[in-house]
Parts: sequence; C-alpha cells; structure tokens
Amino acid sequence: MAIFLTKDSRVLVQGMTGAEGSRHTARMLAAGTDIVAGVTPGKGGRSLDFGERAVPVFGSVAEAMAETGADVSVVFVPPRFTGSAVEEAVEAGIPLCVVITEGVPVHDAVRFRALASGRTRIIGPNCPGLISPGQSSAGIIPADITSAGRIGLVSKSGTLTYQLMYELRDLGFSTAVGIGGDPVVGTTHIDCLKAFQDDPGTDAIVMIGEIGGDAEERAAAYIAANVTKPVIAYVAGFTAPEGRTMGHAGAIVSGSSGTAQAKKEALEAVGVRVGRTPSETARLLRAGVSS
Amino acid sequence: MDLYEFQAKELFGRHGIPVPAGRVATTPAQAGAIAAELNAPVVIKAQVKTGGRGKAGGIRSAAGPVTAEVEADRVLGMDIKGHVARAVLVETATVPFEEYYAAFLVDRAEGGFLAMVSSQGGMEIEELAATDPDALVKLPVDPVSGVDAETARALAAKAGLPEQAAGVLEQLWRVLVAEDALLVEVNPLICTTDQRIVALDGKVTLDDNAAFRHSREPEEQADGLEARARAKGLNYVKLDGRVGVIGNGAGLVMSTLDVVAGAGAAPANFLDIGGGASAKVMADGLEIILADPDVRSVLVNVFGGITACDAVASGIVTALELLGERGHGRPIVVRLDGNNAEVGRRILSDARHPAVRQVSTMDGAAETAARLAAGA
Repeated sequence: MAIFLTKDSRVLVQGMTGAEGSRHTARMLAAGTDIVAGVTPGKGGRSLDFGERAVPVFGSVAEAMAETGADVSVVFVPPRFTGSAVEEAVEAGIPLCVVITEGVPVHDAVRFRALASGRTRIIGPNCPGLISPGQSSAGIIPADITSAGRIGLVSKSGTLTYQLMYELRDLGFSTAVGIGGDPVVGTTHIDCLKAFQDDPGTDAIVMIGEIGGDAEERAAAYIAANVTKPVIAYVAGFTAPEGRTMGHAGAIVSGSSGTAQAKKEALEAVGVRVGRTPSETARLLRAGVSS
Repeated sequence: MDLYEFQAKELFGRHGIPVPAGRVATTPAQAGAIAAELNAPVVIKAQVKTGGRGKAGGIRSAAGPVTAEVEADRVLGMDIKGHVARAVLVETATVPFEEYYAAFLVDRAEGGFLAMVSSQGGMEIEELAATDPDALVKLPVDPVSGVDAETARALAAKAGLPEQAAGVLEQLWRVLVAEDALLVEVNPLICTTDQRIVALDGKVTLDDNAAFRHSREPEEQADGLEARARAKGLNYVKLDGRVGVIGNGAGLVMSTLDVVAGAGAAPANFLDIGGGASAKVMADGLEIILADPDVRSVLVNVFGGITACDAVASGIVTALELLGERGHGRPIVVRLDGNNAEVGRRILSDARHPAVRQVSTMDGAAETAARLAAGA
C-alpha cells in the first residue's frame, strides 16, 4: 500500500515538452510510473517518444483527462505560468496535482490552494514530488536509491528526503512525500501524517522539518491526538541566523518564531524522538521499528 | 525582501494611502535642505530594517533646518542592533490624536491571507498580542474575493477604528496584492487632531519569487562575499565560523551546518549549489568559500540523488584544477553518498589532490572538518 500515489495512478505531465519536463518524464517512466499524457497549450496532437513508449501530448488538462483517464498531474511549468497551469488542472477536476516548480509567487500559491480546496490535493510548490517505490513516482525523487517497504516519510526538503531514504534503503518505504520548502504549500505535514496513520501499508513514519513557520509545532499537536504509529523526526536549521532565508523561500527564523529548537521541543514534548543528525534519525527509526 | 520605511511609504503614497510629507537623506546637509523645503517642524528617522529604533535614539525631532542637520548627523551611522543607519527619513512632524495598528499578511499556517487590526497601536505587535489579545482583531481574508469597501468597513468597525480608516485598510490590502507583498504593516496608523488618517510608519516584505512581475530596485548587499556569490547565481549566506560548507539542497546544507556545530566548530557559511552540481558551479562555490579569510577548512557534503556522485566527483576535480593556487592549501573534506558513490570516491582518490580528504559519512566528515579548522 501507499498514500496518494499507487501503481494504478495514471499520470499526466504539464510542461512535458520542455527540457525539465521531458528529462523527468523519462526518469518517471523508468521508475515504473504509468505516464499517459503530456499537456502543453498549443502543442496538442503530437506525441513524444521515450524509448519504446510514445506519450501523446494534449493542449489542455481537461482533454488529456478525458482521453486517457489521467488522475495525477505533475507540473514542470516555469514559475510565471505555474499559477495558471495549476488552476487549469484544478478546473479540470484532477484529484492530485504535484507542483515541482521552484520560485512560484506566494500569492499564486495562496490562490490555487484556495481554489483547490475540497477538489484537488496539491503537493508543493517547490517540492521534489512523491514516490511509492516499486509502484509509481510523480516528480523528481530518484527511484533507485531505496526500495519498497513499510516506512512513510514526509519532508520539506528534497535532499534530506533522499538522504534518509538511502540510509533506510534496506527497510524500504511505502511512500515518501516532499511537501516543499515554500511558505505556502498545498499539502502539509499533518495531511501526510493522517494519510500514513490510515495506510495499512505503513508501520512507522519519518517526519523531516526545518526552520520557518510553525508547521512542525502543529504536527506535534496532531501526532499527540491522532497518531499511534511510531514517528521519528528530524529538524534542520539550528545554526541558522535570525532573519536570513536559508535556500528555501520559507526557511527563515523571524524574531523568536520558527526556530529549530522550538520545533524540536514541541515534538519531544509529545514523545516524538528527534535525531540530532540524519544518521541518528535513521538509527532511532530502526530502534523504534524493532522494539 | 524587506523594504525600508521610506520605500514602504513611497509604495503607500503611490496607492493613495496618506503619509507625512518627506524625503530620504544620506547626509546631514541634505536633511537640512529637506527640512527647509518642508518649512515645518520635522522628524528625523533612522532607516534600518529592525524594530526598536525609537528606544535606541534613532528617531529625533527638529524644529527646523538647523536642528535637522545636527540631529541627522547624530543618527546617520548609528548602529541599531547591528544595522547601521546609512540614511534618514526627514518628514513633517505629525501629531497623533489616536494610534492604531493595521496589517495584512500571508498566513503560512493556513496557507491564506490574514488581516490584523487593532485600536491599540504604537507598541510592538507581539507585545500587544501578549498583553491584550482581545484588542487585536485577526481575521482570515478570502484570497479570491479579497478586501472590498464593505469588508474594510466591517474590519474597521470590529477593531474599533473610526469609519474613515476603512478606506485606508482597503488601500493597504491593494498594496499587498498589487505589489506581491508577504506583509504590509502600519504601526502606528494614526488619526490626527483634525481627523485625518495617516500612516506614520510602514513595514513591507515583498515576495522575491514575484520579482519578475515588478520592476524593483535590487536589494543592496552588506557583505562583499554575499554580493559576489549572488553575482554568480549562488545561494550563499555568510556566517561567522571557520568551517566553509558546500552542499546540494537547502535542507541538506542546513543540516550540514548543524552537524558541524554539533562537532564543536562554527560553520563559516551556508552554500547550496543545488541539484546539478556542475564543475563550474562547484568551482564558483569553492572560490567564494576560499575567498573568506576566516575559513580554515572546507566541508563538501553531497548526496547524489538525481545527479550521480561520479559526475559530482569529476566536478570537484575540475573545480580544483580551475582554482589552482587560490586554495592556499586549506583542507577540503569531501563526503559523497548516494548514487554511484563508490565510483565518485575512486575518481577523487585517483586524482590525489593534496588538499582533499574523503570521509564516507556526513557525521564523520563534519568531525574531520571541525578538527582541521581547529588547527589540528
């Protein structure tokens, strides 16, 4: 089992004809993803060859969904067009829209998040996407660094996700979700914790957070009230100076809020063990699973 | 990007929000000239991107041009919590009859917008929220329909602001939307004795991601290395330690800084070279870090996800060739893990570069870099 994305997911790629879009479409196909369509406005009617597979290109998401039964969209559209691309996918009623693009204006994200409410699950923007190893991959998470298994992972950071997936590759993952490092994202830690708690294929959860906002504090409160599976956490950014953006647009300590220390304390207060390093986090998870 | 008060007020003025007459000065003589032009008592305000200016003596009154020049001389160059006042705003002194608070901002937790309005302005908003939370009205704003005249009137009434403040609230919302701001805050928003609503201060944070939609002045760079890094398109933040850090991915680099600190050394910088990690980017990154005289050792921490480690290793070898003598012999500790890590490590060991040491784990590499920075 897995959350949000399974072997039955039928994936379309918005922006597939662009350089990033076609590169990652090839990778997703290699990872076993059932890619059924590409969407590029004005370029419908042709198809793109990926080795043995030719993927048809449509001019709109609605058309692609009607013709292929696609139920997941992965967005590789440049930032200035991302807002309208996502709104189009939401209008077409796609159940899951994964926004990989980095640099999307926050107002655009707020707007498409509001429009998607109750209609489309949005993951991202500025995220690596999600992968259910052995089943499907929607985004840019490398498929060959880990295996299928029973750990669920949710993270704001791409490379820390890869690091933990790799360290725990022998145990393997049900699904790993990169929710993105922007101030406003469509799917939160809490949404993923809820889905992992409900997923019979997930036994334990790794949660990776970083400085900025209070998503981890909220997740801690949610865990205390709703999650019975073991959760191990890691938080990055203890040494980040106040007021500076650390790579991710949302990774900023403002005054005394959003610090790594506060997040760690909130998680530990509800019994979640927090690793000091990614490697220690992996060790804690192993100990938690075997006990 | 945070704006200075004078920039925020320029934006407010453009959107029809009343602000006191005034201009920015970088020399005492200019300040005197502006005061003469305004022909009224003025206030001299240090332009720094931090709170607590008043308490630090960064806001001063002057009866006319002569005093304005003297006061500007005292404020210019003043260090307020590490921020040096390189400019002052000289504006007509405006006496408040009442002081309010008004702000619109992105609400990260809810993924929406939030209005915060209070009839108790003037003090720090965190202080107000702590001492008198009922006096602060916090309401979500519908991102699609926004704040119209009716919503603004309801907001003003709920917070106990006079009716004529509603128009300013509506305009303030328009600033947030039109300028792609993450925060617009007026504290205090005042009502004068003759019943005018005026924005006496202004704080605006613009969304850097939306820069392509606007013609904005570039932010000035305080640190020389940060300016150089930005010119090369690198994501670099200068810190004050001795271990230079390069990694791929913001989360992994932040984590690397923490692990270095955990090993007992302070990191000298944050530098994320992103997913690709080409030889050119690696060389640019190493060059910036080695240009920092505080750096005693360098830690390169790369996890090969999409990019395989052999490509990263070749990038490091080429980077070191490109750099030549500029490394000044400082040790470079490299940790490669993930895709093709073994091939990557072999490429580095075959290159036999005297400065490079390989450690296979992140924790071990941080310990080695920390030890080398301490002079061992």
